[in-house]
Amino acid sequence: MTKTDESGAVTGTLTGGPRRRRFRPAVPLPLLLPGAVALAFLLLPLVALLVRAPWSSLPSLLTDTQVWQALRLSLICATAATGVSLVLGVPLAWLLARTKFPGRGFVRALVTLPLVLPPVVGGVALLLALGRNGVAGQWLDAWFGITLPFTTAGVVVAESFVAMPFLVISVEGTLRAADPRYEEAATTLGASRFTAFRRVTLPLIAPGIAAGAVLAWARALGEFGATITFAGNFPGRTQTMPLAVYLALQNDPDAAIALSLVLLTVSIAVLAALRDRWMTAS
Amino acid sequence: MKTRSVRRTRRTLQVGGASAVALLALSACSSSADDSSSTTKPDTSSTATPKLSGSITVFAAASLKESFTTLKADFEKAHPGTEVNFSFGGSDTLAAQITSGAPASVFAAASPRTMAMVTDRKDTAATPATFVRNQLEIATLPGNPDKISSLKDLTQSSLKVVLCDRTVPCGAAAQKALDAAKLKLTPVSYEEDVKSALNKVVLKEADAAVVYRTDVKAAGGKVEGVEFPESADAINAYPIALLKNAPNPTVAKAFIALVRSPEGQRVLNAAGFLKP
Amino acid sequence: MRTTRRTNTPMTDSHPTPADGTRPPRTHPRPDATGLYAHLVVTRPAFGLDITLTAAPGEVVALLGPNGAGKTTALRALAGLTPLTAGHLRLDGTELDRTPPESRPVGVVFQDYLLFPHLTALDNVAFGPRCQGATKTEARAEAAAWLDRMGLAEHAGVKPRRLSGGQAQRVALARALATRPRLLLLDEPLAALDARTRLDVRSRLRRHLAEFEAVAVLVTHDPLDAMVLADRLTVIEDGRVVQEGTPADIARRPRTDYIAHLVGLNLYRGRADGHTVELAAGPAITTTEDLTGDVFVAFAPSAVTLFRDRPTGASARNLWRCEVAGLETHGDQIRADLTGEIALAADLTTVAAAELDLHPGAPVWATVKATQTHAYPA
Repeated sequence: MTKTDESGAVTGTLTGGPRRRRFRPAVPLPLLLPGAVALAFLLLPLVALLVRAPWSSLPSLLTDTQVWQALRLSLICATAATGVSLVLGVPLAWLLARTKFPGRGFVRALVTLPLVLPPVVGGVALLLALGRNGVAGQWLDAWFGITLPFTTAGVVVAESFVAMPFLVISVEGTLRAADPRYEEAATTLGASRFTAFRRVTLPLIAPGIAAGAVLAWARALGEFGATITFAGNFPGRTQTMPLAVYLALQNDPDAAIALSLVLLTVSIAVLAALRDRWMTAS
Repeated sequence: MKTRSVRRTRRTLQVGGASAVALLALSACSSSADDSSSTTKPDTSSTATPKLSGSITVFAAASLKESFTTLKADFEKAHPGTEVNFSFGGSDTLAAQITSGAPASVFAAASPRTMAMVTDRKDTAATPATFVRNQLEIATLPGNPDKISSLKDLTQSSLKVVLCDRTVPCGAAAQKALDAAKLKLTPVSYEEDVKSALNKVVLKEADAAVVYRTDVKAAGGKVEGVEFPESADAINAYPIALLKNAPNPTVAKAFIALVRSPEGQRVLNAAGFLKP
Repeated sequence: MRTTRRTNTPMTDSHPTPADGTRPPRTHPRPDATGLYAHLVVTRPAFGLDITLTAAPGEVVALLGPNGAGKTTALRALAGLTPLTAGHLRLDGTELDRTPPESRPVGVVFQDYLLFPHLTALDNVAFGPRCQGATKTEARAEAAAWLDRMGLAEHAGVKPRRLSGGQAQRVALARALATRPRLLLLDEPLAALDARTRLDVRSRLRRHLAEFEAVAVLVTHDPLDAMVLADRLTVIEDGRVVQEGTPADIARRPRTDYIAHLVGLNLYRGRADGHTVELAAGPAITTTEDLTGDVFVAFAPSAVTLFRDRPTGASARNLWRCEVAGLETHGDQIRADLTGEIALAADLTTVAAAELDLHPGAPVWATVKATQTHAYPA
């Protein structure tokens, strides 16, 4: 029993581990074994995707302009959604971490709601709120002539809705861990609370913000349910990669796999680049 | 997409399925014959048939949910000791599950194409038979405020129209109808399935959607249906088949017979389906 | 205690000249006068602070007290980081009670300095002038001058984590001074340093404080820091001022056990009648002072002589039967904690301790000469 476990663990780390790091014999088995299983579990589906990819027909599948259109839209919208999340989410995180108001715990729970809400339900909720006939959307339409559904802006809204909680949670955690006395020190030097936030707190929590932004970006990039429900699906305008993949899956699984590979490759490239620049710098 | 017309497919299926239907009907003929005389109490003469028992699982297209649930109640009342379970979903998904070995007895698909995915893998025990057909309709806002009366009206640029994506049956059918009418329609969105398309109108985000008649019916008063002649060129046939290795095949056959019986057809018609 | 006296030297004079050893007469500032005039009341569920604090410009006041006495709360209240429940705070004739911390002419050196880790030493010091409206160039020039004055010119471009403890302390001081505060607050300015750098930093800090022309308040639990750095001590216990005075005054005449312990004295309270002081609980102590009424009696542990057997001499009027409660090494001495007729601390050499065969529980006789005691009115 133990013997098979051991050998299994060893092969697992050797084949599954992407890093060429030698485990010292001191690594306890109860950690090594589940860790290796977790890694294999996370990587196996991706490996399967590679194994079953239609390599021979890949070039022709990827010459379709619609693929690049969808990829471009995905990257633009995910980045824009991350921007929206940063601009609105960081202040919210600060409010949650640094101020006291009645019902703060409840508000924090509400912020995490989009995390547990099925994205499709989130999309419907967005329609009910910001749709042409929605609670707030009807006024947007009547006063400014803005309708969000079926527009690229709608995609950004849907992606921000599901991605922002990741950023808020991440930044709030960093803020809580950060020493609030630095802000106090800044105020004794004549800084207003906002200046203290901008010039002291923000640089201090930059690694946390970067981590949250990467998380939010990744979540936005893969967003499907809320996007297709709220913004619909129109090539070049609202059809992001996940939507293209899903619809291709209906009658051409090979094309779907090819599209997934493109999305994966781009995500890994971007995340790896960001990680090198931000995460390790701190 | 397949090149032959849907209508021809249906005929072929009907003819091909006729003998199978006759065979299938044998086991449950008395039951269905008596059912037609009384819709509310269909169990008056179940004594003539061998006692059915056991449970079956029916994989059925999502659009069949309301009518099949009604038929299940009738069936279980007529055959105490039996149990009909459903798995409703997109026909593509269901077909994929069946070919992957899901323990289903009956498959009722929303298109011949999805049924073909199962028959191609030789997973059916009998030739599929078309039991209903579904026709497209335009779903408009209640009261039809935009006065939409034809497929051509949908091409007005002021209207927000949603279609199903061409990869799903309702989208393919809508495209066929548009091609037949030589119309070019740019929707605001190609929805991933028919319910999503309908919901956009229910939520008043879109002014109109091209969906199935059954969907318009199921939405009640939340949308208003507008028939259009070009829909005749894009009628979708629903095939049903007994599956290979079906648990409780006798019960499964009896259920298929009920679906195809006049009683079953009445329930399906009430939901907006056309006769095969 | 202290041999040099502080003079109110202007800031620009970098080399304060030690004065002649006489302290200028101190005047408590009146509300409209310059200097600090504060009555700090902070009430919390489990704690209450209620102290009066006054200081003239150029004066350094140390808030001394045990942990939890309210020193840091007082400091935060002065800085505006903790709101006052009641009382008032006036600095150079201006009411500051309702002024937010960023608008107070107050500089703070925090206990662990709180230098902004993402900014260089120069930008840390330039932060204050920047917030006060200086341009980046002006602020940096000013910061560079401050760092130069602190002897840190070559460390201007260094991030705080690369600075030694002593250097960081000076950067923190420069940062606080760069806002040109009228009230400088220092929270345990030497607590984060190891013993060796402490000595050096203490003397440097002393010089910088001497140059500072406005009010400085420093908080510490270390009597040595307080006595070296401050002109005047305010001792706080449980949120109340228990004693105020010059370091020498307090060292000679402690009024609470805490202070007595801090300055290393045995302290008793009782009623004097002539040369005899009857302690409230315990024996009488014979003193040389001739007093009447409530008094304190203090004597140093080194004034105590221990015997294993009852000594037979007439000189020992203050003779008590005790028992060793504990022993600890105190430099090259042994300090014995005694209980019995009277509780006291006695210092003796290691040799003497060995000869007496001292160990916890050992019975001893303790004597103190009347000339070694010091009695003063309570």
